[in-house]
Amino acid sequence: MASVVSLKNVNKFFGPAERPTTIALKDINLEIQPREFISLIGPSGCGKSTLLRTIGDLVEPSSGEVLVNGKPAHQARINREYGMVFQAPVLFEWRTVLKNVELPLEIMGVPKAERIRRGREMLRLVELQHFERHYPWQLSGGMQQRVAIARALAFRPELLLMDEPFGALDEITRERMNAELLRIWHETQTTVVFVTHSIPEAVFLSTRVVVMSARPGRITEIIPIDLPYPRNVETRESPRFFELVTLVREALRKSEEMREELELR
Amino acid sequence: MSRTSPLERYGPPIAVFFLVIALWELLVRAFNVQQFLLPAPTVIAEAFFRTTTNIFNSAAYTIRSAVFGFGLGAGAGILVALITARWTTVREGLMPFAIALNSVPIIAFAPIMNNWFGSTNPLSKIAIVAVITFFPMMINMVRGLTLVEPAKIELMRSYATTPLQVLIKVRIPNALPYLFNALKVCSTLSLIGAIVGEYFGGPRDSLGVYILQEAQLFRFDNAWAAIIISALLGIAFYLVIIGLERIAIPWHASIDKQ
Ligand SMILES: Nc1ncnc2c1ncn2[C@@H]1O[C@H](COP(=O)(O)OP(=O)(O)O)[C@@H](O)[C@H]1O
Ligand SMILES: [Mg+2]
Repeated sequence: MASVVSLKNVNKFFGPAERPTTIALKDINLEIQPREFISLIGPSGCGKSTLLRTIGDLVEPSSGEVLVNGKPAHQARINREYGMVFQAPVLFEWRTVLKNVELPLEIMGVPKAERIRRGREMLRLVELQHFERHYPWQLSGGMQQRVAIARALAFRPELLLMDEPFGALDEITRERMNAELLRIWHETQTTVVFVTHSIPEAVFLSTRVVVMSARPGRITEIIPIDLPYPRNVETRESPRFFELVTLVREALRKSEEMREELELR
Repeated sequence: MSRTSPLERYGPPIAVFFLVIALWELLVRAFNVQQFLLPAPTVIAEAFFRTTTNIFNSAAYTIRSAVFGFGLGAGAGILVALITARWTTVREGLMPFAIALNSVPIIAFAPIMNNWFGSTNPLSKIAIVAVITFFPMMINMVRGLTLVEPAKIELMRSYATTPLQVLIKVRIPNALPYLFNALKVCSTLSLIGAIVGEYFGGPRDSLGVYILQEAQLFRFDNAWAAIIISALLGIAFYLVIIGLERIAIPWHASIDKQ
């Protein structure tokens, strides 16, 4: 099967080309298959956001190849082949909840009746159908983030890019949102690339966890997650879950030690 | 949102208003304050009913200058701001000057405008009002168009939008609260500009000239009646803007607090 995302020898430097100040991404190679749920995890500043935004063509790589659905990332963005969710909900204060969800459809020129129908369908998906006339500031943080997810899915992209979407939420809300996201992922059959720095979140959600290390930002390990579906509260309490959490934690620690050794030399 | 009754809401300010008027009347009478210092409210009211035609004719002229000048200044300010939203270099070149000029007491140019256009020519007042309102309008509008959360722009980029779509869907709605704040400030400025412009010379039937003349002729009761009307006009202008704001941006959180 063709990869949804294909990264080949991707590098990204910040600063002047001849003497870059930051190596945000170094030699990134990653193939993401359809219907995968990939988490990027690593210490802050290791280039997770940069990698995600490179896939979304919001940042241009310094070298290497980024393909989305077999096309250059730029073409995929122009074709609107992915939906994006940021850490902040980034809702438009002047739009009601429904109107916020309709925004991408509006931009794509979808007729009004169809827009409303799809908007409502998405709000049902995130269980906010009773809030369509509310303004964003009338909703809690978790509800706002669900609106952002509904908006990202409104035009049925095959790929969903999420940059620490639940990072600002409390632990309880976060776990509920995790379960919700898994259900949505099942229902929509979307491929997800998900940035987080929470180990349990990464393990609970993912089919594979990509462990990254900082300075230079690179992939140090990829851990497949073999937890059975459906995943629920019991999953979080299963021995295998703890094993995998430990595995990811050790991988993170190992990559930190490797980096320190590199720096000492 | 609030459940207070109209009486609870408007009662206190109305009570304060009548209390102040009553106190004013009482003090002026008790201390026998000379009329050229401060006439009693009843004396002013009496003068108002005696000179209603004069005052209204003068007010009509002044309102026209203020409204036309305001429209011109605000329209130009918004237009220039929209242009600078499109061409960043224009904005970067213009903004320092606009901010500097905005802190200049532009009203000091009123005599010059009177010279340019002739003091009895309505254009002299319209011009001064337009110049006074132009800078706050433009500066605020530019702020509103540019101070957009970067993530909103990035989100739009992920939808592969055109710059025009970003302008219409993000920048302009984002600028509306700034726009209305500027309109509120300028509604007051426009009346001040028109009346003070008239102090430096204007037709007989204008609030500024009328107030000046009556004061010079020691008819302070008439002057005060016209001043009170000017004040009410200022408040009316402001309320019109607030009404428009409620219609245009009902989503804005500050609307609830007004
Ligand atoms: N626009 C930029 N200009 C310069 N440096 C940047 C820019 N964006 C990110 N960086 C740097 O690149 C590195 C990776 O950043 P980022 O991808 O945001 O990390 P993460 O999301 O993992 O916390 C950091 O050292 C950051 O300072
Ligand atoms: Mg980040």
